[in-house]
Amino acid sequence: MSGLILDFEKPIYELERQIDEMRNFAVTENIGALNEEIQRLEKKLARLRENIYADLTRWQRVQIARHPDRPHTLDYIAGMMTDFVELHGDRAFGDDKAMVAGMAKLDGMPVMVIGHQKGSDTKENLMRNFGMAGPEGYRKALRIVKLAEKFEMPVLAFIDTPGAYPGAGAEERGQADAIARVIYEMGRLTVPIIVTVIGEGGSGGALGIGVGDRVLMMENAWYTTITPEACSTILWKDQEKAAARKTDCAEALRLTAADLLELGVIDGIVEEPLGGAHHDFSAANQALKTAISESFAEITSTPIDTLILERIDKFSNMGVYDVVPADPV
Amino acid sequence: MSWFKKPNSGPKKGDGDRRNIPEGLWIKCDKCDAILFKEDLDRGFRVCSKCGFHFKIGHQKYLSILLDEGSFEERETELRTTDPLQFKEKQNYPDHIKNYQKRSGLTEAVITGKGAIDGRLVSVAIHDPSFIAGSMGSVVGEKIARAIRRSIELRCPLIIISTAGGARMQEGILSLMQMAKTAIWLTRLSEAKLPYISLLTNPTMAGVMASYASLGDFTLAEPGAMIGFTGPRVIEQTIRATLPEGFQTAEFFYERGFVDQVIPRPELKETISRILSYFPDQSMSPESAEEGV
Repeated sequence: MSGLILDFEKPIYELERQIDEMRNFAVTENIGALNEEIQRLEKKLARLRENIYADLTRWQRVQIARHPDRPHTLDYIAGMMTDFVELHGDRAFGDDKAMVAGMAKLDGMPVMVIGHQKGSDTKENLMRNFGMAGPEGYRKALRIVKLAEKFEMPVLAFIDTPGAYPGAGAEERGQADAIARVIYEMGRLTVPIIVTVIGEGGSGGALGIGVGDRVLMMENAWYTTITPEACSTILWKDQEKAAARKTDCAEALRLTAADLLELGVIDGIVEEPLGGAHHDFSAANQALKTAISESFAEITSTPIDTLILERIDKFSNMGVYDVVPADPV
Repeated sequence: MSWFKKPNSGPKKGDGDRRNIPEGLWIKCDKCDAILFKEDLDRGFRVCSKCGFHFKIGHQKYLSILLDEGSFEERETELRTTDPLQFKEKQNYPDHIKNYQKRSGLTEAVITGKGAIDGRLVSVAIHDPSFIAGSMGSVVGEKIARAIRRSIELRCPLIIISTAGGARMQEGILSLMQMAKTAIWLTRLSEAKLPYISLLTNPTMAGVMASYASLGDFTLAEPGAMIGFTGPRVIEQTIRATLPEGFQTAEFFYERGFVDQVIPRPELKETISRILSYFPDQSMSPESAEEGV
């Protein structure tokens, strides 16, 4: 655990430290009179927490989504499923550690799982490429969803990537082709698919495993077509200016779970414990498991042909435009 | 009056890439620096007669190159871009759109409709680089989806000519979802067993390349076209090195197995027509025009 404290959380930790100090002092000096003061500060702390976390800005949520201690795909697999059998490799070039895949049981029901995987420390992050998959990752995901189809197992997809890997090798081996093909195949897959954005949903790299019958999003996750930083760089060119405006870009992009629910892109928001999923993993895990199980229950009796037609309808309806009667231009 | 005007000092209005529209009579080839007579270039395929460099062209030029004369009927002209995110960072999105509409004379970055190639009915969608570099937002995605649907309804082949920097960020997640929308409609086209020819032109990148542009049954590309997912500058920042000459070109991806043929513009119609000859013929019928499909 990195224990990283985000800027906007500092007042909370300051107060916590004060209370700790006071408590230690009260014990060593045996001053019972301080108890009242400690209780007062604890109430203040609870209020402060509520206030800070109740009204997070979009940029603050982006920071929570990127918190190094935030649970990742393998944590949720271990937390809510059993008998996980990890499956490696794309059968063409290699095994991408930024994308994990395998079979698992959710309350005894066999499922296929695919998901981006970030590391929990620098060493693991280097191995996992910070959750940025290359074509091998997307081709592995494609192989696994086709296996799911063959064995009639539902698919659970967990999105958590800043974006697909922007390297030369990834490009050379067909990054765009690999992503396009998973999107396409998941569009017509003959088993139910439930997608959850658990952390970062960065652009095509996220959507690459994002087509499903239900799309859920953790409360502090973000999902849009570009990172706030890249958006800012494109708009402002100048590096300093771009860095200063990234928070505004996060606002402009409307990339939070609440935004996406309003825009009709996701089906539900999974509430996180106060401060984010890393503050209480078991609560976050339980909330997500419940949401996934409920989503399954909603679609489990739908015949697969109908489900696919509904999937097509769902994504056909995405987008906002006006229809004018004539063409004045 | 200057005889030789640098291409990049030209006005920003017009069909195709602004860098290629100087006010002068002559134009300098971007690749080999040859001085070309503009009128010759415009009358032909806008290909450098010295080195074969393909200048950017707009949808009008592609229509005249590819379709039988007078056969094109535009559709989906009623769709208009809105501002679902109320995007105001640096520039209001509606103003941005209005500027490009004024500049290009187009309502959006893709033109859709139907027409005939050597008498065979086709559904077409053509990106135009003069509108925000051909980028994809809700309207572009919807028009592409409807072009695919038109193929299915008329039981005719689909041709998409792509040029785009990618998904348009001012529509955020909605732009991204157009990748899913178009790809999912292509699954329907496959089900109907109708052919889709994807032509990649300079440049076809990011969200467009990672959806319908990559999903052709037949993938053609113009010589020298930039193709890929990530732009070269971002790759260079990632790998902290300079990319070799020709990285991410049509020829580069042809060599690596991602493109069926690299086709010079003068051979485009003939090549596409030959591909179409393998599929059931659907001639342009007046009924479909009446129904407005």
